[in-house]
Amino acid sequence: MALLQIAEPGESTAPHQHRLAVGIDLGTTNSLVATVRSGSPVVLPDESGNVILPSVVHYSRNDDSGKCTVVVGDAARDHAVSDPLNTISSVKRLMGKGHGDRALSESGNQFAQADEDNQVPAIATACGDLTAIEVSADILEALRSRAEASLGGELVGAVITVPAYFDDAQRQATKDAARLAGLHVLRLLNEPTAAAIAYGLDQSLSSAGQETATDEGSLVAIYDFGGGTFDISLLRMTQGLFEVLATAGDTSLGGDDLDAAVVAWITQKGELGEITDAGDRKLLAMQAKAAKQALSESESATISFTLSSGASFNRSLSLSEFEELIEPLVARTLQPCRRVLRDAGIDAAAVGAVVMVGGSTRIPRVREAISEFFGRRVLCDIDPDQVVAVGAALQADVLAGNKSDTDMLLLDVIPLSLGLETMGGLAEKVIQRNTTIPVARAQEFTTYKDGQTAMSIHVVQGERELVDDCRSLARFELRDIPPMVAGKARIQVIFQVDADGLLTVSAIEKESGSVASIDVKPSYGLKDTQIESMLKDAMASASEDMQARALAEQRVEAERVLLALQGALQADGERFLNADELAEIDKLSGAVASAIDSDDVDRIKDSVKALERGSESYVERRMNASVRAAMSGQSIDRVGDSLTDTASTDSAT
Amino acid sequence: MQVDLSSNYFELFALQEKFEIDEVQLVRRFRELQRMTHPDKFASASDAEKRWSVQAAAHINSAEQTLSKPLSRAIYLLQRRDVDLAVETDTRMAPEFLMMQMELRESIESLETAADPYTAAQAARKEVDQHIEQTSEAFRISFQLEELSTAREKAREWQFLDKLLAEIRDTEERLDSDY
Repeated sequence: MALLQIAEPGESTAPHQHRLAVGIDLGTTNSLVATVRSGSPVVLPDESGNVILPSVVHYSRNDDSGKCTVVVGDAARDHAVSDPLNTISSVKRLMGKGHGDRALSESGNQFAQADEDNQVPAIATACGDLTAIEVSADILEALRSRAEASLGGELVGAVITVPAYFDDAQRQATKDAARLAGLHVLRLLNEPTAAAIAYGLDQSLSSAGQETATDEGSLVAIYDFGGGTFDISLLRMTQGLFEVLATAGDTSLGGDDLDAAVVAWITQKGELGEITDAGDRKLLAMQAKAAKQALSESESATISFTLSSGASFNRSLSLSEFEELIEPLVARTLQPCRRVLRDAGIDAAAVGAVVMVGGSTRIPRVREAISEFFGRRVLCDIDPDQVVAVGAALQADVLAGNKSDTDMLLLDVIPLSLGLETMGGLAEKVIQRNTTIPVARAQEFTTYKDGQTAMSIHVVQGERELVDDCRSLARFELRDIPPMVAGKARIQVIFQVDADGLLTVSAIEKESGSVASIDVKPSYGLKDTQIESMLKDAMASASEDMQARALAEQRVEAERVLLALQGALQADGERFLNADELAEIDKLSGAVASAIDSDDVDRIKDSVKALERGSESYVERRMNASVRAAMSGQSIDRVGDSLTDTASTDSAT
Repeated sequence: MQVDLSSNYFELFALQEKFEIDEVQLVRRFRELQRMTHPDKFASASDAEKRWSVQAAAHINSAEQTLSKPLSRAIYLLQRRDVDLAVETDTRMAPEFLMMQMELRESIESLETAADPYTAAQAARKEVDQHIEQTSEAFRISFQLEELSTAREKAREWQFLDKLLAEIRDTEERLDSDY
């Protein structure tokens, strides 16, 4: 596709340099980072050789200096019982959640008082009130440092995985966390899709899927039961193309819930009553998890501990008792399995391979239940804890431009329908679930009052009919509508979901052609200005070195843009632009060139932005023309006859 | 940003503009176009190129969805001939069709109380599918003969039947959650 890119690999200063990119599995209980080295994916270990980073963060503050210390991973987990309120685990379950959400009360954290201009709940810690986004950023930061130390250089970007069933707010929160951690997000990738990539490029699946493999590709179900979330995705795989047909899941169902079932059993058998001490609760949860893990290997597990009150517990849990405890939860995962098959219009028997992903699929009963459901043996050849990170790394390698000859392409879907609030609190669907992304839909509105210049649009996500039963995403305030008689204005609102599954809304008044400005109020997210100020705070406390580096980076980026644009203009500038347009771009280029000579990061950034805006229609014409040219080339080769037919039909109408 | 690749969806996929389409060609061309325009191919491009790519890929997805589903393809064909289904303003339907539709709806509403609701849902779907088959064939013939008003009527009936299918799916989903 270099044909279309203004920035062609050959034009960069270091043409064949391998660009460092990673895939990050930001999990509820465990996180991993992987990369592609000499063509093969590797999961990167820490200094002690561990590849898994427990998603646990501990915050402490030195009484004397007031300095804050953040520890992530195993070292943080060691504080779970002794300092429970400053040790945050399973923070992923809080991503994109609002005040009053059940996930908050279940988390065992203490939250700062909600106030009006803060829609995002913050956990009270020794290092201040921190949102789930900031805590996740600390985990990502730890993984970024690990990767940079291990790869010996700065990362150009990362692919970060999210549960396929994450809604827009949860996705946005994840992307914001990455931004805070200083990571350039190449793509948010759905976890089951990442696993499919890892398997798709692996021999085990091609042979397993062979019995049903045809030209139409093979159908693969990815059953992803992790620490806190559950996803099921159905894909069609054909020569490097990964097409998601349907996805479903439950973003609050995972290994944590299996642990909770064991905790309930312990409390009941040990007659422990209600456990109120936060440290005791963490202790119990850890005991339950250990027993669960042991039962994947043996017929029984001994649970033995003493609480802070002195009460003790000592008893063994048999495999059959455990399986009985988790059966309702396992059954809950089958409901989404039925739904994906129905949504895709496919029989369970047509599925060629079933892949197990996520730690909870180590449980024999889970494997057995899914094997029964699909009527075939399930695959778990790749370590279910690592497979998502591996797939993300493979995708990151492609997106960073290290594999220009690849034929790999992912077509994913939006997991939940997007709708608008209409009269009577009803949700009208604008984009149906399981629609391939990117997707755009235009909807037309009009004013109901004379001279009305503003209107509000409430966007929700979910399948239910009532707005109150769906998840509120954001309220969009359209302003600057030219005043007209009621019903005369024709406001076209475009809802666009990009390849990350994130929604943007734009609007235009069609009578006057004026662009209405939009003020977005996310229901459960940070506003852009809040993120900016968090970043600014981080920059202010950063060393001079860091600031110098930021300036240097901005200069390189500006030079890259200039060089690429000049190259393109030389080739076909006169074909697509008239003299005035060329002069305008020339002027904007000059502004960038002189900004580069200054020491002003913001000035460089702004001049580049202005240039990119100014050359937009050039890019547009150039891209349209080159795809059209490519299309007609192919048409002549392969479908010459039917194209002629179409042409004659056209002329007849 | 303007994505301008073709004057209509059929041309985009190099297909003849008629109701029966070459599905293999549709799939093949769809994949080729996605390989050219998908945002993953522009991950390190400029912002303007990225924006163009999102819109181009979205346009191609919409086109593919419209043409791959027979009902939306039928409606699109009519739209291209300036025939509007006008579901909101024109609610007139043939009385025989309304009767049949009402009976089907009643049987769908009683699904949940059936002795074996899954089997009953399957049977209901089969029945609606049969009606759809007849209606789509009637559409195909009348559209081919340029009898656009009949084609329009058939497309509207088809839309009703399609809604019934959606209701059956909703019922099945409710059954799943009670399961």
